[in-house]
Amino acid sequence: MATVTPESPDTAHGAEEHAHPSNWLYVKVAIYLALLTAFEVFTYFETVHGWGDNAIIIMLIIMMLLKFFLVVAFFMHLKFDAPIFWRLFVFGLILAMAVYMVMLTAFRFW
Amino acid sequence: MTAETAAHAEEHHDGGHTTSTGISNEKLAMWVFLGSECLLFGGLISTYLLYKTRGNGRTLPTDVFDIPFTSVSSFVLLMSSLTMVFAVSAIAKGDIRGNRIWLATTAALGATFVAGQVYEFTAFYSEGLGFTTNLFGSAFYALTGFHGAHVTIGIIMLMSLYVMSMRGNLGPERAETVEIIGLYWHFVDIVWIVIFTIVYLFPQ
Repeated sequence: MATVTPESPDTAHGAEEHAHPSNWLYVKVAIYLALLTAFEVFTYFETVHGWGDNAIIIMLIIMMLLKFFLVVAFFMHLKFDAPIFWRLFVFGLILAMAVYMVMLTAFRFW
Repeated sequence: MTAETAAHAEEHHDGGHTTSTGISNEKLAMWVFLGSECLLFGGLISTYLLYKTRGNGRTLPTDVFDIPFTSVSSFVLLMSSLTMVFAVSAIAKGDIRGNRIWLATTAALGATFVAGQVYEFTAFYSEGLGFTTNLFGSAFYALTGFHGAHVTIGIIMLMSLYVMSMRGNLGPERAETVEIIGLYWHFVDIVWIVIFTIVYLFPQ
């Protein structure tokens, strides 16, 4: 069984610095998020409606997933944190998607 | 310190109390809560998808949505996630003043988003879309209203942190508390990322 000794403030602080990326990385992520949002909004306007609704929906879903992943991985630190947090969150996410896919199918949404 | 405990200390990087797993119980609880919130918002989004075309001859999404306005609101909420990570980063570095500034900025951006939502609801209502007008209205207000309530709760938590900081009760030793509130705030942001795309931008 693992025993844990209290950390010294130095240890904790050092590990903290290791765990938190630089502010510049966060700014870069925010720039990507802003650009993706701008592309998303662009698809709303008439100029791209000739592409067809299905193509636009697929593009929007890809951009939405990218934004989702960027926030979860970097802002929520899941990329740098203990894997158990990632697994717990993904479990909830997949469970929700599965349950509501079944619900939408039952209600003949597709 | 053995290699194993050193690894745990590395993993448990918040500087708070330790656990036998090396993982913070509070943070674990927040992640479990956020996982369960996926089910709540999944239900609301699915309901919206089912009912978005059920206008009963009355107001539909295309009649009321103001995409440029909502885009600005979305951008404001996205940027509040950036200021939130700055707040977490500042407290981890022991920068109390910086933490305070970023917490207040995040709360202000969140309040701007909520104010935008209140304005939007008022505008929709004046255009004839009430909560009971049709199934679309009920599903739309339930989904975006629940999200707005979450943002409001987030603002209250941020302001509580700010007050704690002003009273000298929020030092680097409480960095994990700020990080956990931050997780909630970012979750509210990712839910809006999904809502904005599915509710506002999907071709109707």
